[in-house]
Amino acid sequence: MFLIKFAETLGDHALYYVNQAGRMGIFLLLVFYNILKPPYYKITNIIRQIYSIGSLSIFVIIFTGAFTGMVLGLQGYNTLSKFSSEGMLGSAVALSLIKELGPVLTALMVTGRAGSAICAEIGIMRNSEQIDALECMAIDPHKYVVAPKFIATILSMPLLTAIFDVIGILGGYVVGVGMMGLNEGTYFYTMYKDVEFADVNMGFIKSLCFGLLVVWICSAKGYFVHLERRGGFGAEGVSRATTSAVVISSVAVLVFDYIITSLMI
Amino acid sequence: MEPIIQMINVFKTFGKQQVLKGVNLSLYEGKTTVIVGESGQGKSSILKHILGLVKPDKGKIIVYGKDINKISSKELKDIRANFGVLFQNSALFDSMTVFDNVALPLRERTNKSEEEIKEIVNEKLEMMDIHDSNDKYPAQLSGGMRKRVGLARALVLNPKIVFFDEPTTGLDVALSNEMYRVFFRTQTALKYTALIVSHDVPKIFKLADYVALMHNGIIQDSLPPEDFQTSENPVIRAFVEKTMGRIYESEKVEG
Repeated sequence: MFLIKFAETLGDHALYYVNQAGRMGIFLLLVFYNILKPPYYKITNIIRQIYSIGSLSIFVIIFTGAFTGMVLGLQGYNTLSKFSSEGMLGSAVALSLIKELGPVLTALMVTGRAGSAICAEIGIMRNSEQIDALECMAIDPHKYVVAPKFIATILSMPLLTAIFDVIGILGGYVVGVGMMGLNEGTYFYTMYKDVEFADVNMGFIKSLCFGLLVVWICSAKGYFVHLERRGGFGAEGVSRATTSAVVISSVAVLVFDYIITSLMI
Repeated sequence: MEPIIQMINVFKTFGKQQVLKGVNLSLYEGKTTVIVGESGQGKSSILKHILGLVKPDKGKIIVYGKDINKISSKELKDIRANFGVLFQNSALFDSMTVFDNVALPLRERTNKSEEEIKEIVNEKLEMMDIHDSNDKYPAQLSGGMRKRVGLARALVLNPKIVFFDEPTTGLDVALSNEMYRVFFRTQTALKYTALIVSHDVPKIFKLADYVALMHNGIIQDSLPPEDFQTSENPVIRAFVEKTMGRIYESEKVEG
């Protein structure tokens, strides 16, 4: 009896997750199909989304970028000085930021600030029948609601990452040169000498992939909020979906960071 | 007369609950059909099946001669271009103004200029007796106004079939009557086919060409209002007595 019950529960869970994975895959294909299919978007619609997802995230990106760079400068200087290699601080800060911390921390910040908003907005639209209303008006919600958010996030993420990197490098400069007394020319020269195009390329590809992951998971969680296993209706349903979207996106960013690094290193 | 929409033996189960147990229903061009029944009987579910928002487990839904569950999404879109829907909670886009809500179908589905769109939207809002509210957001409107804006949006492309999901729920008697007057006025002007899901018995009978009773997962019968009220079908009889019978136990108590 216990074994039958166990098998039933296991099968039920397996079916649910296979269904969910299929739904997410089809959702992604439909969104890309709608992005590429004419009629194309009104530019104002995309700009509005870039403003809400990208521009409004700039402050938090500058703030986290500055402090990440500063702490890297401080830790890096102390560690390198043990080996009398303080001169390498510039390249250590720049490489850590460009290849790793810039894309990852930007993606985590965008998930928390914009990803949660995307999930909640679409989830509320679903629960208040606004998505149904669009379908009944023969307006595809994948094209009208979701696709502009995809385009805006994928465009914004590399730009935000670039801002994070530059501010982080300046943060490292403030600590390394301004506070620790490292030579200014040394800081920038080692950076110029050691950072290659392949490093920038890796950071760029990571930021594109993370942008796609975050917007995909967050918008799909909102879009399918009514199919959530533990009941996706009402304010509680949306809040649960938003929490799970942020958690899954953050974990996915870290997992894919490892995968992309291992493929590109 | 050939029906324009037919539900044939439709079954649907949500979770462990079987909501539709072989529903058969026909809608005729230019006529108003009202689905009545107690709460939780699956009235709104019928609407969602016809709109193609929910797929049946078994059975067919034929709209303009096509089974909507066996056609491509492009064909379904073309069929939906004939639909207008007033949702129970109006389903207005809360981040858009009244004007933008009503203008949305015109902006997304037609190539009309902003000038033309403005003219059509204002005409529809006038028809609904809504003045000076173009720049308001749905949250700033009363329940009755929200419903009328929802109806203006549903009618903005002059659809052939309009669906109403509980159009007077949450409205007081005066606003309900106003909603029925708006319905009558717009249907006379635009001559659309209407399907109304309602529990506002017997008032809704005045608007109906056919009344269908949903009970126990099936449509018991779809009859003209007079025939519905005198039907011999025991389930319809019981419903009529329950909803239209006297409130008091005896005339003496009623006074």
